Amino acid sequence: MNLDHSAVLQEARVFNQTPIRPRQSRVLLAKILFLIYRGDNMSTNVATNLFFSITKLFQSKDMSLRQMVYLAIKELSTISEDVIMVTSSLMKDMQSKSEMTYRANAIRALCKIVDPSMLPGIERFIKAAMVEKSPSIASAALVSGLHLFGEAKDVVRRWGNEANEALNNKGLSQGPSFFGGAAGQSQVVSTSNIVQYHAIGLLYAIRQHDRMAVLKLVQTFSGQNKSSSWLGGSNATLRSSMAQVMLVRYAVRVMEGDPSLQGQLHALLEEWIRHRSDMVSLEAARAMCQLRDVTGKQLTSAVSALQVFLSSPRPTVRFAAIRTLSTLARTHAEAVQPCNVDMEGLITDANRSVATLAITTLLKTGNEASVDRLMKQMQGFMTEISDEFKTIVAEAVRSLCRKFPAKHSVFLAFLAGVLRDEGGFEFKRAAIEAIMDLAKHVPECKEAALAHLCEFIEDCEFSKLSVRVLHFLGEEGPHTARPTMYIRHIYNRVVLENAIVRAAAVSALAKFGASPSADPALQRSVRVLLRRCLDDREDEVRDRAAWALRITDDGDARDKYVRDDSTFALAVLERKLVEYCASPAASAARFNFEAVPRISRAQEEETRSRVRMETMDAVLTGSAVSTPAQHRLGARDTSEPSTPAAGGAAAAPVDVFEQQAQYASKLNAIPELAAFGAQPLVSSQKPAELTEAETEYVVRCIKHVYEGHIVFQFDITNTISEQVMEQVEVSMEPEEDVSDALQPVVVVPIPELRYDEPATAYVAYERTDPDTFPTATFACTMRFIVKECDPATGEPEEGDDGFEDEYSLEAADLGAGDFMQATYIPDSHTLWETLGQAGEAVETFALANFDSIEECVERVCELLGMCPLEGALKPTSKAAHQAVFTGKWMGATRTVARTRMTYQKGSGVTMELAVRSEDQGVSELVVSSIA
Amino acid sequence: MTNLSLYTANATVMLDSEGNRLIAKYYHRGQQQSQSYKTLKDQRKFEGELFSKTRKSSSEIIMYDGQTVLFKNVNDVYFYLIGNPEENELLLSSVLNGFVEGVSILLKHNIDKRSLLDNLDMVVLALDEAIDDGIALETDPNVIASNVSKRGTDTIDVSLSNLNEQTLIDAYNQAKERFNLALLR
Repeated sequence: MNLDHSAVLQEARVFNQTPIRPRQSRVLLAKILFLIYRGDNMSTNVATNLFFSITKLFQSKDMSLRQMVYLAIKELSTISEDVIMVTSSLMKDMQSKSEMTYRANAIRALCKIVDPSMLPGIERFIKAAMVEKSPSIASAALVSGLHLFGEAKDVVRRWGNEANEALNNKGLSQGPSFFGGAAGQSQVVSTSNIVQYHAIGLLYAIRQHDRMAVLKLVQTFSGQNKSSSWLGGSNATLRSSMAQVMLVRYAVRVMEGDPSLQGQLHALLEEWIRHRSDMVSLEAARAMCQLRDVTGKQLTSAVSALQVFLSSPRPTVRFAAIRTLSTLARTHAEAVQPCNVDMEGLITDANRSVATLAITTLLKTGNEASVDRLMKQMQGFMTEISDEFKTIVAEAVRSLCRKFPAKHSVFLAFLAGVLRDEGGFEFKRAAIEAIMDLAKHVPECKEAALAHLCEFIEDCEFSKLSVRVLHFLGEEGPHTARPTMYIRHIYNRVVLENAIVRAAAVSALAKFGASPSADPALQRSVRVLLRRCLDDREDEVRDRAAWALRITDDGDARDKYVRDDSTFALAVLERKLVEYCASPAASAARFNFEAVPRISRAQEEETRSRVRMETMDAVLTGSAVSTPAQHRLGARDTSEPSTPAAGGAAAAPVDVFEQQAQYASKLNAIPELAAFGAQPLVSSQKPAELTEAETEYVVRCIKHVYEGHIVFQFDITNTISEQVMEQVEVSMEPEEDVSDALQPVVVVPIPELRYDEPATAYVAYERTDPDTFPTATFACTMRFIVKECDPATGEPEEGDDGFEDEYSLEAADLGAGDFMQATYIPDSHTLWETLGQAGEAVETFALANFDSIEECVERVCELLGMCPLEGALKPTSKAAHQAVFTGKWMGATRTVARTRMTYQKGSGVTMELAVRSEDQGVSELVVSSIA
Repeated sequence: MTNLSLYTANATVMLDSEGNRLIAKYYHRGQQQSQSYKTLKDQRKFEGELFSKTRKSSSEIIMYDGQTVLFKNVNDVYFYLIGNPEENELLLSSVLNGFVEGVSILLKHNIDKRSLLDNLDMVVLALDEAIDDGIALETDPNVIASNVSKRGTDTIDVSLSNLNEQTLIDAYNQAKERFNLALLR
């Protein structure tokens, strides 16, 4: 389509001709609209000129042209200036009693261009139009009312009675046709009764804050309120299905929270599920499924209605039903089970969205016995479906593996089978990830899984995947019974593949050679292979081989590079590197790796799998089926081993390090606090709640420790919609005298705190003596000025000066643990030995008030503020437990704490805590934090 | 989050058999509408990806980019209604069907790219009668079709005195218009 922009605009001269040529002008207007809809950019200037020549067309009485002019005005109104000009013309058309006018179109055009301040002038006419017999005019007025509601709430609020009248208007028949004119049309009666939909929508918008009114609305139209039914002269009913759908939503909204109305609501929904219109039936069934405290029994009718929909010939109906069931399966898997057979039938559905949802739902509702059948079915159609869909299936199987590990042989056979088929990168990646998952989590099938992976890389067209598999073989292979088997496959890569894969293969070989479980014979053969790699064409491959040869000889280097079980917190590493590259000053110096916290591989793995589960869950909810963003995220999280945490952090802002980065940027935005340092050395991991749940204000405290300062951050939320708080500050009063160690320096208040918009206040203290680490309890009080406001707008009422008020919070504690940065330190055992007894502090505590070890160890962990090592928080026995914690005092001094605890009924927990660090004083402080 | 407002449609799009845009209207008026697809570039990208997903599909609904998309293919024209993700699918479906059927009536049951472009004026008016800034205005195809006026004639103001000359000019103009439209295809 090559409609030329400038040529069309040239033609616009037609509008200025006299006499006006209605037909030609109309076609030209359509072309102009086409340009706008096509996405051509029109400058304000051009649009304004055009607009003014269009206004001339009002001189023509031709209705077919007039209708087009209205539309053109609406579309140009967002681009052109001074559209207000046509107000009077439109008003004339709107009020016209003549049949010749398109009143409905005039109303909509007028409301589109009208300025809220002019609304009172035309209000009368719109109200009259709303109760007009003609549905088109009434709808136009009602819909325009809805559009205006956002900008001119006050005016539109007054239209409630008219909306109500329109809703109950029985004027079914279309009034005399207003659209005759030159074209001459016959009357058409609307079968949709859509005017009720518009009326109920506007009525609800106006009355939404009035619970009783909404309740009455619902009851009137559900035939429960007999008294009102004779008012209308007949039963008040909603003839429009769309209006009925809205009524279902309003009913749920207004009745769900009220326990006394629960029974009524359920009865209503049951009734609506049997409604003759599928649309209503679906809405009611869905509403029932989404009720908060719904029981399996109450769901029966909803589920059986949806079950019928599952076999509908219309894809949309099937989709709607399966989507609802899929969401329901997350919370009430057992209620969905009756539909299992129907859903299995949908796996091969022509609509991929339906099929995907069917599979993911079956995963939730299926049991171990049905897995075999499900897998067989999937195998059957794998070759027929698109790549993207295969990927989803592979992801789904991956989740199944975790759910039913006992069925690993079935899964493995399935995955190996699909790997042999043709397929794109994403799909193959998903499949090998699933196999790797199996290998990691189901030890029985590890060897078989690795064998399949070996077979896969023998004939793999994607270097990236080969690299991934080689890396994985390097990780897992050395610990198997016969590592030599994998070495053969890996060395084949060195011979046959491109440089990227060769380099990865060399690294994998190095891991075999350096593995603690490698016997001398194996080590020798690996060395031979590595030596051959020294002659490689690529320098990277040669370098890696040379490096590998060196470290297999050198015990220390080997431990450092190959057996290290820690890794950088990659999100932080990435951020720091970006900062480093961005600032020319910083890049003069070397990059400081010490500043990057380390986490253990186990932790990293945990984050990664959590992210994956969340992604998968998002897929399962159906909210994101085939969303590209989700796929990208998934790809990022697994296919690029170099940035997994970055992907993770993006999906889970709860990530500790990311959280700290967020704090830092917030703190740095405040000049007084930014002066304390670029970033706090330590920030508390968990905010402390200073208020009870469900109170007027919610306050959380987070502590940040700087080199010489301590900042208390208070996140405050105002939960009262009728008031605005100003000048909110927190005053802190230490309960014991710490003035020799701590001096208050800065208090940062919140200038204005609106309803439900959390904001942050700060209080900063200076530590006067760098060697004293004070601990104290602070009594906290929040002081502020309260002003009344309109809940709808959030604007404080004028002339209200407010009054001062205060609100006491719970006390905030500053403990020794707050100075400790919870960092994972690799190889804590060696560190423990090297630190020796010089910096050790030991103490034994009798903690009578704990009822179990678990409770105790969690509390200790909290108090120490240190990073628990693997298994520290999961006692295996009820009677005795050992736990190790690591951390860095003030982000610098490395500290290891070991606890041994025993539990006896009656006397509680007895705990011995031994702390070693690079500084004796620190050790003692850490021990004292428990007391 | 249930949608308690009547704003149900986020966009209506018509594409040709190659995925090129014929007409697209994005609605930004509802209160809780997403801010996405503001720029033409985003819109084009979205439409392109959507098209590649639905081109060969015979089904009428898809979840795409977090939106519920209803679509309908008639000859070489693809109609899409991009709806709120939480919206009742059957409601959306009746909105799209109402519009497509309405257009079909107006085009004498002969929807294709050519007749669509020949009758642009009626198509854009039908769209305006079906959906008003994101709110479904009418779903009954007969009403939609009857609310759209047919083209008038340019001879309405012709006086008898210059009849001959005028009709000739008109005939010429009409011929030119036809010709122009024919060139567009």
